[in-house]
Amino acid sequence: MEITVIAESSGNSLHPITAQLVGAACALGGSPTVVVPGGNGANEAATINGVSKVVSVVGDCFASFDGGAWASALTPQCNGVVLAGATPNGREVAARIAAKRGIAIVQDATALSGSINITRPIYSGKAVETSSVSGDCVITLRANAFDAAGSGGSAPINTVDQSADVSVAIKEAIAKASERLDVSEADIIISGGRGIGERENFAHLEEVADMIGAAVGASRAVVDEWGMPHSMQVGQTGKTVTPSLYIAVGISGAIQHLAGMRSSKYIVAINKDPDAPIFGVADYGIVSTWEDAIPALKSALAAL
Amino acid sequence: MTIAVLLKQVPDTTAKISVSGNRVDEGAVAKWSMSPYDEYALESALQLKESGGGDLVAITAGPARCEKLLRDAAAVGADTLVHVSVDDIGALDSTQVQALLAAAVSKTGANVVFCGKQAADTNSGSTGPGVAEILNAACVTLVSEVSSDGGGFIATRPSAAGQEKVGVNSPCVFAFDKGLTEMRRPNVRGIMMAKKKPVDVWSAADLGVDLGSSTVTIEAHSPPAEKPPGQKFEGAESVPTVVSKLRDEANVI
Repeated sequence: MEITVIAESSGNSLHPITAQLVGAACALGGSPTVVVPGGNGANEAATINGVSKVVSVVGDCFASFDGGAWASALTPQCNGVVLAGATPNGREVAARIAAKRGIAIVQDATALSGSINITRPIYSGKAVETSSVSGDCVITLRANAFDAAGSGGSAPINTVDQSADVSVAIKEAIAKASERLDVSEADIIISGGRGIGERENFAHLEEVADMIGAAVGASRAVVDEWGMPHSMQVGQTGKTVTPSLYIAVGISGAIQHLAGMRSSKYIVAINKDPDAPIFGVADYGIVSTWEDAIPALKSALAAL
Repeated sequence: MTIAVLLKQVPDTTAKISVSGNRVDEGAVAKWSMSPYDEYALESALQLKESGGGDLVAITAGPARCEKLLRDAAAVGADTLVHVSVDDIGALDSTQVQALLAAAVSKTGANVVFCGKQAADTNSGSTGPGVAEILNAACVTLVSEVSSDGGGFIATRPSAAGQEKVGVNSPCVFAFDKGLTEMRRPNVRGIMMAKKKPVDVWSAADLGVDLGSSTVTIEAHSPPAEKPPGQKFEGAESVPTVVSKLRDEANVI
């Protein structure tokens, strides 16, 4: 099966999803071509095991993100079945490549098999869909759902000069309000809900987060009512996250919140209400007020 | 200026999703609503129309139940209502859905399209960029705000460093994330006017779209895998126990 993987970079190096895409391609029986937008991380891509060749596509259009321009420049290199990361930019570029080629796209796959059966969550994880595709298609894969291919290979790198007209022009950059880690990139998340009383109490969660390198998330209720940044919101109308560890503090566990975090690897719930629905998805539930539990958590982490 | 807003009717996010006979049971859905991100798109389109004038066309594709969604959009200010009639939209693949919506946008003469970043049922996010590709239009996704800027538009989207404002000219598509504003509530007069508003119902044939056959076959829907029951502890004195389990059993800290 001919498979093209679209690499994803962050800065000048590859995003970890790239090796996962290659791993998934190899599991399907392919030896993929890896197309690298703007060439960022091409050398690194060549070392991923199983890659048959790397195509580094370089052009002015890759200086900033315009999904339409990127798709125009990349599509000539994207043959057969195309795999991309289900990241914000990956989803957009992949959708345009599919439309350009006139083939279907299936987003956010969590498993692939045969030729080709796709499993993916729908209704924000309230149900699972399995589908089969005939012919070429574009599939985006959820981060951390597939085993990454190892490294040690040395695939050849072809460089292609190909740009496209850019129609999305950057006018102004606005710096982040905080330098905290984003929930969509974090391996550990500690989230707070209405149960922690008031916005100021998030400072306690931030202290825990700093001890374990976690991001701080929030439920929809506190984002809406306390004016927290939407980028912190975990749930159906916020971010869907799959960290190794999710710690929910004072979050009752509305169905929309569970939809955004239930596929986390381990879930710890701290809530004073023993009947809170969050305990239904928690691996480790602690029935306690946050005022008692958070200081205990800090001292236990400090003692590690 | 004609602004098209693409809207999808989905089970309300508070609705329980049940599976029956290998398919999500639509008959068991207690409440259908406008997909949440589409609400942000509609509100932003209404604000753009109010600041710069123009005609706002609400477009949806789906079965007969979707007419209510169009009337809801009319009640808050949509001028023209278009229903692309599709009995089983879930059976269409992305190319088919996008072909229908792009043809409907073209037929209305709109050169600016607002939509949600993804629908709350399929969670895909393919429609905005895909329709843009067919219309040969620029597309900005994850938009929180759009304003007019001379003959073009300025949109705010996230960036690696925080946020950025980008400039685009029409034809263009804006796919909305949750923004700063909540969708307005309709008043009684709006609701009464909306009841009388005509709905243009277009089939694929009316739009000159040959749908062909879907290349993606839905094999089954199933409930999410049940998690084995976790361990529950009483009181803050159990915290050290849980922390050591996180380290020794789970290996996550």
